[in-house]
Amino acid sequence: MTIKRILIANRGEIAARIIRTCRLLGIETVLAASSADRHSVPARLADRTLCIGPARSTESYLQVGTIVQAALGVRADAIHPGYGFLSERAALARACEENGIIFIGPTAEQIASVGDKLRARSEAQAADVPVVPGGAVEDLEDAMTLAVRLGAPLLVKAVGGGGGRGMKRIEDVTELPQAVQLAASEAGVAFGDARLYLERFVTGGRHIEVQVLGDGAGRVIHLGERDCSVQRRYQKLIEETPAPNLSASLRERLHAAAVRFAERLAYRGAGTVEFLVDPARDAFYFLEMNARIQVEHPVTEAVTGIDLIAEQIAIADGAGLRIRQEQITWQGCALECRVNAEDPARDFQPSPGRVATVRWPAGEGIRVDTHIEAGSQVPPFYDSLLAKIIAHAPNRTAALMRMRQALIAAQVTGISTNLTLHQDILADAQFQAGGVDTGFLTRYLQRSDTGAAHG
Amino acid sequence: MTLTAQDVADITRLLEESSFDELYLELDGLKLSLRRQGAGGAPAAPALADSPPPAAPRNAGPAPDVAPSPQPAASAPSARTAATQSDVQSVAAPLLGTFYRAPKPGAAPFVEIGSQVKEDTVIGIIEVMKLMNAVRAGTCGIVAEIVAQDGALVEYGEALVRIDTTGQA
Repeated sequence: MTIKRILIANRGEIAARIIRTCRLLGIETVLAASSADRHSVPARLADRTLCIGPARSTESYLQVGTIVQAALGVRADAIHPGYGFLSERAALARACEENGIIFIGPTAEQIASVGDKLRARSEAQAADVPVVPGGAVEDLEDAMTLAVRLGAPLLVKAVGGGGGRGMKRIEDVTELPQAVQLAASEAGVAFGDARLYLERFVTGGRHIEVQVLGDGAGRVIHLGERDCSVQRRYQKLIEETPAPNLSASLRERLHAAAVRFAERLAYRGAGTVEFLVDPARDAFYFLEMNARIQVEHPVTEAVTGIDLIAEQIAIADGAGLRIRQEQITWQGCALECRVNAEDPARDFQPSPGRVATVRWPAGEGIRVDTHIEAGSQVPPFYDSLLAKIIAHAPNRTAALMRMRQALIAAQVTGISTNLTLHQDILADAQFQAGGVDTGFLTRYLQRSDTGAAHG
Repeated sequence: MTLTAQDVADITRLLEESSFDELYLELDGLKLSLRRQGAGGAPAAPALADSPPPAAPRNAGPAPDVAPSPQPAASAPSARTAATQSDVQSVAAPLLGTFYRAPKPGAAPFVEIGSQVKEDTVIGIIEVMKLMNAVRAGTCGIVAEIVAQDGALVEYGEALVRIDTTGQA
């Protein structure tokens, strides 16, 4: 093993998560932290912490030069980028390649080809993976022609966007001029890339993604799927595996399509291929590929028993794929609830500040990935994720029950959280039945609002 | 954009009532930096343009809310006042990188102990990915101590040199 010291270019729960696996592997960790995270839990867990800049992430976590300099300065063999921040910036992967540092992730070229939605889309088509009917547009006239052909409802998307940013939904073709103008200017500001494309909006679609691992030489395996349909404004809230109420043939076709796509790229490392599943038509469409570890990776770890961070490190270290497809087995069901510092009663306003007391659940089948303890500061500069509670059990009913008990046991005071909302969703009959679509949470919130007004 | 004395007083009160130790506010052409005295590091001072906000890494975590103090409450502020009145100021690294005391290997260092500096005197350079960033003293005085080693990796906010601001010719 050539990787003996890893610089972690991230913060929060994922930094703590990466440190945990590094410790098991006997790898030293150096945390690159902003001044706001100097005294965080991951800073305490890491063997060493370097202050890389001020709180604002554009001057710390997003500085490619500083991150690479920090890795060189402490003689780190590799950089783990976590998720978000620089994890999917080809510039960091390239700077690592140029400076003799191992980047724990795909090649710069692979990041670039999946980061550009149009390129990713044509790669998918070339790999015989279905895509949502749609296409790139040059100008408004072009957009109009395509929109009429596809029919509303439609999505107007930014080519360089992600996570729902730069995306507009229109119900009627007459709304197109305004949506195109708005999306183009937003995309230009946010991503420095004003290119747009249109695609048909699939009503009642489910968000199902497939975890893959590739050795970078063309061999790819999958670790099953995750259903992430419970989301609000494209932000996932609850994830589970396996996807409930999915036909065996559709599941197999999803897995095979994800593997084909990653094989075509000769993908290296851990990645996730996201699909929009149309249950009514028994069809699915490629959405995008995330070239990094995902927030929701623990549900896959729970049912497969595979440590995805360890596999990422092994692949980066040149060990290739240590597991063959036929060795992977899936045991039971796992769910993840994202506990955020936000107040659902106040339109999900972020709730930064000092955490007074914390009680996280524990017990059989329960895992909590967090960086929060009593006294922790939740800085206002970053995302609001406090913890991920993962429940694993032999079947979905038992996993739901375990999660509901865990949510009751969990307690955070001093700041607002969405713990109660999670309890409410888990008590919902539709969610319990399984297989909700991506519009479920929005409808649920409207329903419960009306209920509260009448109650 | 300007701030009135009343605005500053209001902002200070907001910080006092919050659970945060530091506040940095940047408006068009204006930077305001406030820091609780108990938060460690340098005393609160108006940030100079171009100069990094914190003068030194925080030497202690945030003070617990209700920890019994071993000292009488009154003695702590007076101790801090003494520190505040000390006229040695640290020049902090404005970014992480490799610190060099001289413009090139073998050349004379930018400053030595006893060197007289002005606000815009270069005290060293920090290299980040082959980009050289000059670090300026930010204050007038005499170099009292060279803290950072030549060629060493310095963190953001780490003290590079200390300057005695009373030592003016």
